[in-house]
Amino acid sequence: MSLTTLAKPVVRRKKIQEVKWHVIEDFCKGCTFCIEFCPVNALEESQKLNVKGVHPPKLKSEDACIGCGLCERICPEFAIYLEKVNTNEKEEEKK
Amino acid sequence: MKAVQEFEMHHPMAKYLRTERFPHIWCEGCGNGIILGCFTRALDELKINIDKLVVVSGIGCIGRIAGYLRCDSFHTTHGRAIALATGIRLANPNLTLAVISGDGDLFSIGGNHFIHAARRNIDMTVICSNNFNYGMTGGQLGPTTPLHSYTTTSPYGNIEHPFNLVHLAAAAGAVYVARWTALHVQRLTASIKKALQKKGFKFIEVVSPCPEIFGRRNNFKKAIEMMRWLKDVSEIRHGYDPSKAEITMEKIVVGEFVDVEKPTYEELLQKKYIKVQEKLREKNAG
Ligand SMILES: Cc1ncc(C[n+]2csc(CCOP(=O)(O)OP(=O)(O)O)c2C)c(N)n1
Ligand code: SF4
Ligand code: SF4
Ligand code: SF4
Ligand SMILES: [Mg+2]
Repeated sequence: MSLTTLAKPVVRRKKIQEVKWHVIEDFCKGCTFCIEFCPVNALEESQKLNVKGVHPPKLKSEDACIGCGLCERICPEFAIYLEKVNTNEKEEEKK
Repeated sequence: MKAVQEFEMHHPMAKYLRTERFPHIWCEGCGNGIILGCFTRALDELKINIDKLVVVSGIGCIGRIAGYLRCDSFHTTHGRAIALATGIRLANPNLTLAVISGDGDLFSIGGNHFIHAARRNIDMTVICSNNFNYGMTGGQLGPTTPLHSYTTTSPYGNIEHPFNLVHLAAAAGAVYVARWTALHVQRLTASIKKALQKKGFKFIEVVSPCPEIFGRRNNFKKAIEMMRWLKDVSEIRHGYDPSKAEITMEKIVVGEFVDVEKPTYEELLQKKYIKVQEKLREKNAG
């Protein structure tokens, strides 16, 4: 784990949208832009090594991401995408 | 699932991209991938009909972009992207037309095409990935290399004054001129959207990190250091006088500098055509 990640704790902030965060691990070239610029420091390098020999990012915890979409836009590799979670449907399922 | 399949099935921008060519060839942390992302995002948000979209690029690392977009695209000869786009515009005034190319391609070898297309106000959106050097050929100095910075052909520091691209575009007559960096993803996307909706010659400069070549020569050990640098030195100033917005390694003014209306070449051509037709008809009748 890099020192920058350790130095930045997750910021708790209201979610913009409910999403499931995904990374296409083998597309990642390890630039760390997503980790650096996430406004709530939700990401960190994982321990995994991908086909390019770099550590792709991962969420620090399932609920850390607020769904702002910045990492999806700033990733030069199209490696990150957010899956919209329909909160209404979720509620329906519970019923 | 294989990475490419996952990309094709789930990434929201995949429908605008030739997914079979991914992952792309650009280096780790290269700004070109971000520019491609912002461009597709703009297409998506505007719901542009990609059957009516043409993208032209010249030669260089960024020149590869034409081949990654799932639309009619041309990867044309070095410096001639705007010349080809001019022909496309004259042949079909109804297409959405964008040129995406490099600082070397658009402003060294292609410099004359740029100034004259801007002067004539030919309807196209020109996006320049300005990475301060000729990335593809190994990092030579070009017309945008900042003063005193290092390249393979200026190992002791550059002594040539660079072009200030936004000033050049404004002076040549562009109706929309903006500058962003690869860090300003939201604002860059908004600018591309604005440009694509506006008529006339529109120019967007994107300061794009080339960590692999320019970065290394200029003491940026990693791609992320170039992004941190862009964050530190960029200053948003809308409506700023473009003549004062020269880029230095210490300061990069970004924002929208020009947004004016002016008849396009095609509109004037159409009007002239009708006038001349009328004249000829009168002459033949008399
Ligand atoms: C007529 C011609 N002259 C020279 C070249 C060699 N060449 C290829 S790319 C390039 C410069 C590219 O620089 P830029 O447009 O800034 O693109 P970048 O690679 O930096 O993205 C040159 C000089 C060529 N391909 N064709
Ligand atoms: S979408 Fe990305 S950048 Fe935004 S909070 Fe989630 S992980 Fe961070
Ligand atoms: S921005 Fe993309 S390529 Fe860079 S580290 Fe994050 S996932 Fe990997
Ligand atoms: S050489 Fe520079 S501009 Fe070309 S792909 Fe690599 S980082 Fe990008
Ligand atoms: Mg270049």
